[in-house]
Amino acid sequence: MTNEVLPLLTQAAQRRILIIDGAMGTMIQQYRLEEPDFRGDRFQNHPRDLKGNNDLLSLTRPDVVEAIHRAYLEAGADIIETNTFNSTSISQADYDMSDLAYEINVAAAQIARRAADEFTAKNPDKPRFVAGALGPLSKTLSLSPDVNNPGYRALTFDEAREAYAEQARGLLDGGAHILLVETIFDTLNCKAALFAIDEVFEEKNTRVPIMISGTITDASGRTLSGQTVEAFWISVKHARPFSVGLNCALGAKEMRPHIEALSDIAPCFISAYPNAGLPNEFGEYDQTPHEMCNFVEDFARSGLVNIVGGCCGTTPEHIRHIARHVAEVARTRPATGQPKQAPSPLGVAGTPCFPASNRSLSVRKPTS
Amino acid sequence: MLSGLEPLIIRPETNFVNIGERTNVTGSRKFANLIKSGNLTEALSVARQQVESGAQIIDVNMDEGLLDSEKAMVDFLLLVAAEPDISRVPVMVDSSKFSVIEAGLKCLQGKSIVNSISMKEGEAEFIRQAKICRRYGAAVVVMAFDEQGQADTAERKIEICQRAYRILTEQVGFDPTDIIFDPNIFAVATGIEEHNDYAIHFIEATRVIKQTCPGVKISGGVSNLSFSFRGNDKVREAMHAAFLFHAIQAGMDMGIVNAGMIEVYEEIPKDLLQRIEDVLFNRHPGATEELVRFAESLKDTGGRSVEKDLAWREAPVEARITHALVKGITDFIEQDTEEARQQFDKPLSVIEGPLMDGMNVVGDLFGAGKMFLPQVVKSARVMKKAVAYLTPFIEAEKSSSGVGGRGKILLATVKGDVHDIGKNIVGVVLGCNNYEIIDLGVMVPADKILQAAIEHQVDIIGLSGLITPSLDEMVHVAREMQRLDLKLPLLIGGATTSKTHTAVKVEPKYQNAPVVHVLDASRSVAVVSSLLTKNAVENTAFVAGVKAEYEQIRAARAGRQSAKEFLSLPAARANKWMTDWAAYAPPKPAFLGVKTFENYPLDELAPYIDWTPFFQSWQLAGKYPAIFDDSVVGVEAKKLYDDAQRLLRQIVDEQWLTARAVIGLFPANSVSDDDLEIFTDDKRTGVSALLHHLRQQNKKAPGLPNFCLSDFIAPKETGVPDYLGAFAVTAGIGIEEHVKKFEAAHDDYHAILLKALADRLAEALAERMHERVRKEFWGFAQTENLKNDQLIAEEYRGIRPAPGYPACPEHTEKRTLWQLLQPDGIGITLTESCAMYPAAAVSGWYFSHPESRYFGLGQIGKDQVENYARRKGMSIAEAERWLAPVLNYDV
Repeated sequence: MTNEVLPLLTQAAQRRILIIDGAMGTMIQQYRLEEPDFRGDRFQNHPRDLKGNNDLLSLTRPDVVEAIHRAYLEAGADIIETNTFNSTSISQADYDMSDLAYEINVAAAQIARRAADEFTAKNPDKPRFVAGALGPLSKTLSLSPDVNNPGYRALTFDEAREAYAEQARGLLDGGAHILLVETIFDTLNCKAALFAIDEVFEEKNTRVPIMISGTITDASGRTLSGQTVEAFWISVKHARPFSVGLNCALGAKEMRPHIEALSDIAPCFISAYPNAGLPNEFGEYDQTPHEMCNFVEDFARSGLVNIVGGCCGTTPEHIRHIARHVAEVARTRPATGQPKQAPSPLGVAGTPCFPASNRSLSVRKPTS
Repeated sequence: MLSGLEPLIIRPETNFVNIGERTNVTGSRKFANLIKSGNLTEALSVARQQVESGAQIIDVNMDEGLLDSEKAMVDFLLLVAAEPDISRVPVMVDSSKFSVIEAGLKCLQGKSIVNSISMKEGEAEFIRQAKICRRYGAAVVVMAFDEQGQADTAERKIEICQRAYRILTEQVGFDPTDIIFDPNIFAVATGIEEHNDYAIHFIEATRVIKQTCPGVKISGGVSNLSFSFRGNDKVREAMHAAFLFHAIQAGMDMGIVNAGMIEVYEEIPKDLLQRIEDVLFNRHPGATEELVRFAESLKDTGGRSVEKDLAWREAPVEARITHALVKGITDFIEQDTEEARQQFDKPLSVIEGPLMDGMNVVGDLFGAGKMFLPQVVKSARVMKKAVAYLTPFIEAEKSSSGVGGRGKILLATVKGDVHDIGKNIVGVVLGCNNYEIIDLGVMVPADKILQAAIEHQVDIIGLSGLITPSLDEMVHVAREMQRLDLKLPLLIGGATTSKTHTAVKVEPKYQNAPVVHVLDASRSVAVVSSLLTKNAVENTAFVAGVKAEYEQIRAARAGRQSAKEFLSLPAARANKWMTDWAAYAPPKPAFLGVKTFENYPLDELAPYIDWTPFFQSWQLAGKYPAIFDDSVVGVEAKKLYDDAQRLLRQIVDEQWLTARAVIGLFPANSVSDDDLEIFTDDKRTGVSALLHHLRQQNKKAPGLPNFCLSDFIAPKETGVPDYLGAFAVTAGIGIEEHVKKFEAAHDDYHAILLKALADRLAEALAERMHERVRKEFWGFAQTENLKNDQLIAEEYRGIRPAPGYPACPEHTEKRTLWQLLQPDGIGITLTESCAMYPAAAVSGWYFSHPESRYFGLGQIGKDQVENYARRKGMSIAEAERWLAPVLNYDV
């Protein structure tokens, strides 16, 4: 089966800079939902606390999830992400809900499609797309959680691959237009997801555009698993993604040099959806829509990106600002199929330099 | 060329990629034994050694009959993943069993290479395996091997590779650049006639495959070639070198080589080389026999040079000078310079010739990130020594111009500022690049800078400064340059400077010539060279680029309406930090008044040094001590640290520096929200000083206060007796004499090192005094027992904010501090910009409240500035000048 989304999406991205939505978690927090909201009728007797399992809301409070999607579509998002950051059997194990993974993904994709299709119908000149989000998992394949046993791993490649395959199936069955592997701090997890996606494509005899978005964890300019952005790109480019980019961990200002590096080396479209600044001394993101927009607009004006949006701490107001300002930027970055710099005839990536002792292995899950 | 991965940036001149072969159980008995005996730690060090000795990829092979190869591969690779200095390079997963390869690929986050697959078991299996490799994103080595067997002639090699290429690119969807062909290197000089053409076949096949299969790479196992000379390393090394020389020319890109087992082609003795090339190209029937005979004669006379370290002394003088510059060795430089002087007609030619050539190598390596700042500074020391040696000869010849063929740069730290470590580094780096440096030193007023610029006919002026008032002084210099109609480019640098400040404040004041912000020393050469280049296109492009960028920054700023939401000052005060003062009894200090320490023992301070900022001052990024493990800067950081320790020992033993401190503890209460009254005694009737603090005004999330330091002291109206401390310390008394001595010896490296250490000692003294205040003099934490890393992490009760830093950024409060403590008495003075002299000094306040904390003031509004000006008795314009960096509006 050929995929009808790709030409439409490519055409849109060639014409203008596309907008991806902002944080889901930040918005859910504003509803101040309590334990009964998360449980709904169906999970009244579930043995574990469920408050905080945001992904479950697709089953128990679909109205909330849909309202958030609408708010972002209203704000001008071309691409909205499904509420499935933690919807793998591995991450849902924290809530004893591994067996619901497939169902949550289907439901989440359906909710997002409902909202997106309605907006597309209203204005067919601005088609809206649903990106099925595959998050980073609560366990990593390249890092040992046990400092005394560096060779230990909390899961295997095949376990990760199977969990991602189940998620990808759910997202596609629910109608996702795109698959987005995001907030990648361990490239091996991402490679397991890409492997799984390729298998699911073959099994379903279909193919949708893949978006890949890594996370540079701090000023070192590396992923948590120690790769530079260039090494990261080389490690995932075999998936021939529609776009590659960065999200989370950094604000737009801090992200700029890394987006620039990626934009220089990767020939596909480039995405960037940073946090609303760096967390303040209380761990909150407090960059205003206007402030953040200045930086993001600069990405666009400098021709570094094709897709922009927000991650932790961003709201529809941030997205509205970004959409409005970026719409005025006539220049779009060409995705030529050829990188700006002469490509390596053979790109082989290792992990250049990673002072392991500098890094903590406990990763706070982003709220988006 | 192979690139795209940071540590694998292969430049055109390094056109061959070394694949390490020692982590291969079939090739290294040592490694095999380590794996078999389960000694994985030692096995890892084999991998590390390979990377350290230059392997750009490591080949890992666990194919051993007695091993569970799959498990051994996984166990080893998972451990490699935890070793950043090894895993920075890609892994070649090497096995004849595909299951082992797949197990290995599941452990590797990077893009790896599979070694190898082939059509030996037919097309179907080949396609299946290739497809799996593609899903893992791995590149593949494809052996020239098919159903009929391994290809030995050029025709068969070419035919098989072309067929595999078609299948991979057309059926499997492989990216051609992910395909590496191995057309099989076989042993020559075996005595079997059919083997005589093996080298020719490989080289010929390589040439054709590269032409007909666009995008692919060629690899091979080089040591096979010389198999018949086992035990004769000299011949083997020479054979490898000669073979690679020709194969690389034909297009070979990479190979599995023992990096220590290759001779440099040019250095193969001619008689040996000729015999080897006769064999490689099968030039005559007796070639093998002749080489074997010749090899026998070499076997015993061989042997490696004993004094390996001094082998470079045998090179020609130019090469020795380059070596000395790159390695920073001063031992022989005068002797070598003299030798070079005798070879050249003029002493100046030695500088322009071999010395500059050597420094260009250093510059290139630095630019490419292969050398780091401490090394470059050491190179400069060698250069300076050589130049100093030559100077009398040059003067004797009355040769017109000295060094500095590329241009003259004036550098100065502006008026009111005494910080010069960064400026000196820039001077050294530019000096290394053959620019003549006129360094006016510190605290240089604008008129002196401009006068010197005109007098010396410089080409560029560079201004430096660390404290915030220096920003204004730089604007002033720019304005003066415009007024005097100078036409020189102006460079701005230093810790508080920024591109935005330069674009918004400096550049508009000086339109005659480019104004450029230079982020750090490593950028300075590129900037200066673009500004002074004779190439008009390059120059215009650079200048226009900078102008456009600054214009954009200004536009972006102008378009930014009140970006953040701000509270009015009354509203911010209403949201102050509060505590129940009735329920809190502030600790009373054990003594009140001022205490002076005239000669604080330095050896007591050394353990209190926080080393991380020391490395930062050398532009080496990383935290101490983890920085030593950093694969990029670790080695240099360690060397620098060792040098610093040596010098520190000397400073302490020979008492080069005198450390002094003055502390004071005073009764205090907060008044009218943001000010602090300091009382003459505990009766709290006579006020000896009034301190003014600033309050955060950006809108906070609900529940979060708008902080001001005064919040941490009990308000006067509560009647609660509270206290405040103050301190000023230095470790820089006596430094000048020693800095001068180093500079006289042309040893900038140690001059900068000394200053950086004095800074660290001053900070250490501040840390130590604060600890003693908490434990003895104020005494609210008598049982505290913290290690240095805990002190650095500020795990103690209370804070010591310093005027000029984020919580209290306004510098003139130091004047009040000086009035209270009189640090002038122990030799610490304030400049007109409120910088402390000596530069290695720290001053600040002590707060004792357990919830007192550091915060950043952020930007403040005009209402607070007006209010503050009134409180301080300043004009609004003057307040705005001192508060320039924190204003939320443009003046």
